[in-house]
Amino acid sequence: MATNYLVLEDGTVLEGEAFGFEKVNFGEVVFNTAMGGYQECLTDPTNCGQILISTYPLIGDYGITDDAYMSNNVWISGLVVKEYCKDPSPMYNGRKLDDFLKEHQIPAIAGIDTRELTIRIRKNGTLRGAIVFDKSEIDSVMTELKKVSDENLVAKVSCESAYSIDNGKNLTVGVIDCGLKNDIKDSLSARYNLKVFPYDTPAQVIMDAGVNGVVIANGPGNPAHPAIIDTVVKTVKDLSTQTAIMGLCFGSQVVALALGGKTYKLKYGHRGTSQPVRCGNRIYITTQNHGYAVDDASLEGTGLIADQININDKSVEGTRHKDLPIITCQYTPGESSDTAFVYEDFTKMMEARK
Amino acid sequence: MRKEFKKLMVIGSGPIVIGQAAEFDFSGSQACKSLREEGYKTVLVNSNPATIQTDLDMADAVYIEPMTADIVAKIIEKEGVDGIMAGMGGQTALNICSELAENGTLDRLGVTLLGTQPDAIAKSEDRELFKETMEAIGEPVPLSRTCTSIEEALEAVEYIGRYPVLVRPAYTLGGTGGGIAYNEEELRDICGRGLAYSRIHQVLIEESVLGWKEYEYEVMRDHNDNCIIICNMENIDAMGIHTGESIVCAPCLTLSAKDHQRLKTASLKVIRALEIEGGCNVQFAFNPENGDYRLIEVNPRVSRSSALASKATGYPIARVSAKIAVGYNLDEIPNKVTGTTSAAFEPAIDYVVMKIPRWPFDKFRTVDRHLGTQMKSTGETMAIGRTFEEAILKGIRSLEIGVNHLDRMDASDEEIEDELIHATDRRMFAIAEALRRGWGIEKVSKLAQWDPFFITKFDNIVKMEQRLANEKMTPELMKAAKDMGFADAVIAKFTGADEMSVRKTRKEMGIVPTYKMVDTCAGEYEAQTPYFYSTYGRTTELKRDKSKKSVVIIGGGPIRIGQGIEFDYSCVHSVMALQNEGIDAVIINNNPETVSTDFDISDRLYFEPLTLEDVLNIIEAEEADGVICQYGGQTSVNLALDLEKALEGTNTKILGTKPDDMDVAEDRRRFSKLMDDLKIEQPKSGTGYSFEEAKAIAEDIGYPVLVRPSYVLGGRAMEIVYSTDELRTYVETAVKVSRNHPILIDKYLTQAVELDVDLLCDGTDVFVGGIMEHVEYAGVHSGDATMVLPPFTLTNAELEEVLEVSRKVALGLNIRGLMNLQLAVKNGKIYMIEANPRSSRTVPFISKATGIPLAKISTQIMLGKTLKDVGLGSGYKTLDHYAIKASVFPFLKLVGVDSILTPEMKSTGEVMGIDENFDIACYKALVAAGNKLPTEGGVYITVNDDDKDNILPAAKALNEMGFTIYATKGTSTFLRNNNIPATTVFKVNENMGIDGLSLMRQGKINLIINTPSLKSGAVRDGATMRRTAVELEIPSMTTVQGANIAVAAIKVARDQKLGVRGMKEFHR
Repeated sequence: MATNYLVLEDGTVLEGEAFGFEKVNFGEVVFNTAMGGYQECLTDPTNCGQILISTYPLIGDYGITDDAYMSNNVWISGLVVKEYCKDPSPMYNGRKLDDFLKEHQIPAIAGIDTRELTIRIRKNGTLRGAIVFDKSEIDSVMTELKKVSDENLVAKVSCESAYSIDNGKNLTVGVIDCGLKNDIKDSLSARYNLKVFPYDTPAQVIMDAGVNGVVIANGPGNPAHPAIIDTVVKTVKDLSTQTAIMGLCFGSQVVALALGGKTYKLKYGHRGTSQPVRCGNRIYITTQNHGYAVDDASLEGTGLIADQININDKSVEGTRHKDLPIITCQYTPGESSDTAFVYEDFTKMMEARK
Repeated sequence: MRKEFKKLMVIGSGPIVIGQAAEFDFSGSQACKSLREEGYKTVLVNSNPATIQTDLDMADAVYIEPMTADIVAKIIEKEGVDGIMAGMGGQTALNICSELAENGTLDRLGVTLLGTQPDAIAKSEDRELFKETMEAIGEPVPLSRTCTSIEEALEAVEYIGRYPVLVRPAYTLGGTGGGIAYNEEELRDICGRGLAYSRIHQVLIEESVLGWKEYEYEVMRDHNDNCIIICNMENIDAMGIHTGESIVCAPCLTLSAKDHQRLKTASLKVIRALEIEGGCNVQFAFNPENGDYRLIEVNPRVSRSSALASKATGYPIARVSAKIAVGYNLDEIPNKVTGTTSAAFEPAIDYVVMKIPRWPFDKFRTVDRHLGTQMKSTGETMAIGRTFEEAILKGIRSLEIGVNHLDRMDASDEEIEDELIHATDRRMFAIAEALRRGWGIEKVSKLAQWDPFFITKFDNIVKMEQRLANEKMTPELMKAAKDMGFADAVIAKFTGADEMSVRKTRKEMGIVPTYKMVDTCAGEYEAQTPYFYSTYGRTTELKRDKSKKSVVIIGGGPIRIGQGIEFDYSCVHSVMALQNEGIDAVIINNNPETVSTDFDISDRLYFEPLTLEDVLNIIEAEEADGVICQYGGQTSVNLALDLEKALEGTNTKILGTKPDDMDVAEDRRRFSKLMDDLKIEQPKSGTGYSFEEAKAIAEDIGYPVLVRPSYVLGGRAMEIVYSTDELRTYVETAVKVSRNHPILIDKYLTQAVELDVDLLCDGTDVFVGGIMEHVEYAGVHSGDATMVLPPFTLTNAELEEVLEVSRKVALGLNIRGLMNLQLAVKNGKIYMIEANPRSSRTVPFISKATGIPLAKISTQIMLGKTLKDVGLGSGYKTLDHYAIKASVFPFLKLVGVDSILTPEMKSTGEVMGIDENFDIACYKALVAAGNKLPTEGGVYITVNDDDKDNILPAAKALNEMGFTIYATKGTSTFLRNNNIPATTVFKVNENMGIDGLSLMRQGKINLIINTPSLKSGAVRDGATMRRTAVELEIPSMTTVQGANIAVAAIKVARDQKLGVRGMKEFHR
């Protein structure tokens, strides 16, 4: 049994069982409280650059299957678990998690007291870390961790060139790909024809493509990153008076920034399937995955009104513009959380403009 | 939004029966607290005196009355109730509410039904309506047809197209009378029974989904249509085994996120279609071949599963359901666990929860142990771990069946294979054994129809056994074994060491358990509620405020025959008493159904097995000041001596009676010596270490003798034997007698009156809380006997002597706290049968009947107060009313158990009938226990020669009330000679025309008085008749005293002038 080390910027070094690929990888150490859906997490571009702690102790139990990808790649930098399953249930004929991570060259560590680590992050906030396989490298890795890293993660996960998906629908939406994941893509495809653009596509190009509205969906990292301000945020600002806009997840933050609002970093983010959101007199239990949020106070004067609020920490979970056809939500909307209305409302906005 | 009500009623679930255990005490208590917290006036009705729910201060008015619609109606009227919470008392409460709605009582009295509505009850309970409702929302159910006759059932099979089919009776609990029919003969048999048990004489014949996986979802919905999933659970046993009989883990482990979304979406559709406001349980069958699913069952109320889900996640389903029922929405209800978030969220858990049923086959050796759609288990354990292996091994240790591991099975390959295919309670052990024999994961998985994922986990355990046996012990190996939940004792066994030395080595290696919190949110928010489980992690979350003292109460473990919720009641009372003194009360227990394991009862709750190792670990982590072993029944008493030894030299004291004094009471020889010293008579007795010794002793003291193994609770394997042959049979079949496991032999006192005494002693004063007289003669286990408080036939002189004996024994044993005595009275002489130096089964009963909280006072004594300090001193509580305890038996569900009462306990639960009038108290007790007392019709009397004279008053009274008396030849001649007309019928085994059995089947017999001759051969002869009586639900009295009580009750029933009275009215 080989050993791996989880090295954290605060000087902590945790020893555990090595699995996945043998290499050193750096990332922001975050926890996710979902009890299933590990494959979705690993392949979700939103998680690009993160070393993911799964709070659920057993991971990989039903294997890796063809129908659970959120994208074609594994985006996390590393995986931290209590136990990974070496012999998954054969019900889905899935592959083993270990093999899958090896294939995608992702290092991982098991046998960690993930609850302890989660509570530390809850108390002290997310921190940078690395998974190291060679004990002698720990010191140099630690030095490296102290340096500030500010990569533009969206550039890594966005598509390289524009593409279209014709679903035979009446409406066509432009999607600015900041790391579009499959479940949102599927929900959009169920309703619209898609024209998907790289994140740095200018507004005019999108409008020229003949779309009824524009969607900015999920993506990794800080929406206020200079490279994002100069690209997606600017594009949305330009588009805001020209077409209907829906911002989902990362996209909701982009919309807020584009209209003059601000975003901030959450202490330890919202990552899991149980975030309660109030909208009117209804409560929705939503799936979320974000480390930044929209600053409610900063929306003053932007025309955006926060109409959805997280009932635990009161953070902004969704907005609508008082005049313009703009709707956002911070979670992944869908049928199983009763929140498909976000799509329906967006459809109405586009139809009204047709 | 809160709705206004004058008074709300919570209906409990009545006595503990198979399929309806302590979970409803837990949910009902939570609901009562939840409603009072909102300022409502509440009324509680439950016939079960052993519950916390029926404590005087649980509601503004508490009624311990029979759970029938007309009694409940009387209480509604008397109290001016305008809202009823139906969903907290299981099927019993739902049935009563359905009846009150159907017969117009609710409308007449202007009562609103809260939470689950009659419409939803019908839609989920009535198979046909359920099917229609599910089809309307496009959710698949198994092909099925509702039938009201066997002929219709046969047609239904033709429609479905193949056997096997499931037979599910409508409106029964725990699947009573259901089964799987593989052919026509079985179909006729099962259907016949099912139709008889169904309240509406209806069964469902259903497509079999045997072998599919079974998943459960716990869902909540509020008035604003907000829906949440509390938890999902995976039945490890495939479809075909009732979920109450399955080993269950939470959350689902083998279900993909996509399929979880499908089942979640379906669950939400279901709860909306049924318009349930509150909690609901949805069960799915899932085809592992192709992902198809079928909706199997919906419970529109809190349930056993919801109690499990509450404990598994920390989310208080009953509490929240109660608030929703009175108009609050989820986001308006705070999450008490975190204190900062609301009830509108879905719990995230970061551990594995395992539920294992506890079956009563150790008590019922003649019952078919096979598991199926009929529930047979009496209780369950829950265990929490960070690995699957840890959770299952902790769960097994918690079962209290004398094993602490997946022990070896001494069985042939054929037997193992049969066990894998046809599951019994032993299947887990058979799986491990098959793996040890190298059968391989695939084969074992196929035979047992378990997902190989789970078999692999068992295989990991087996592999660890091999590592322990073959490798040198290292810290790495020790850690790996503890990660898998191996007990020190088990590591010791495989490494050839002893438990305490493994413990020492382990601690030297720095491998000690850490305590993690159950917080509903996987660590995402800070939690306020100290609810812990152990695991071998890096850091512990236990933070103990050393300025407060901490006292650990050892709980009672799973509900089983002989150890019911009575012990949980005492534990909870002890918690209250400790808290009252400013001491942190710490509970260790593993029963998910009970009130003691509710998150807001104790100051710290540890959900753990109750073995020496697990308990000691907690005491050390707590640095506890004291430990209480008196309240968890025999489970905790058995730990006392070992704990004392292990705690020597530490600051932790065993509170109350010293373990050595407890041992005097438990050890026959030491106890006999004490009795001799105190000049208290005991039936002659001896201890046999071999058959020969036992035989010699029996012959010396003279048959009949009472035999039993030493150190047992609930009279396990206790029998009266009348001859050497019977003694030999007993030793050969029932118990293994050996040097280490002697059997106890006592002279059996025939026709003696038996008494149960519960008393408090502080070393100086002795306060007798109550003396209960058994209605049946000595020889019937006190857990089964009908008991009357206060005694109803004792003379004053006898009473005085009983008090004197009690006092002497209590002081002689240096009791500090509670003690229970069992005494016999024969010919004016008092005999000591046994002394139990602990809280007994009857403590809650007496506490409620007298208004004196015995368990609380006992705790105060343990903390150093005197009886005088609490205002009692020496004395005896006299009463001006009667409280009668009647027992409830599982005979209907457990085919193969004789309904005759013996020294071996058979009952699962109890009820109380309380009234100033003795006859009315009898009536209430018998009716509450489910006896269908006739007011007219026929009585079948057959009594042995000794009883003939004594039965005359009852026979005479029945005759005067117009009952037709049927009797076998001897009895009928005797009756006629005494001027009581009686019709002679043949004995069953005479095989001559009209006999008792055919009269019963024709409905001509409505009451049976059958006192078998005490010889065991004669006992067997009446068995068929008693079985038939059980199945036809004809009340059957097996003792003269029982018959007298029944007659008294029938008089009351004919009178029909029955009042209801709240408990507080008795204790003004």
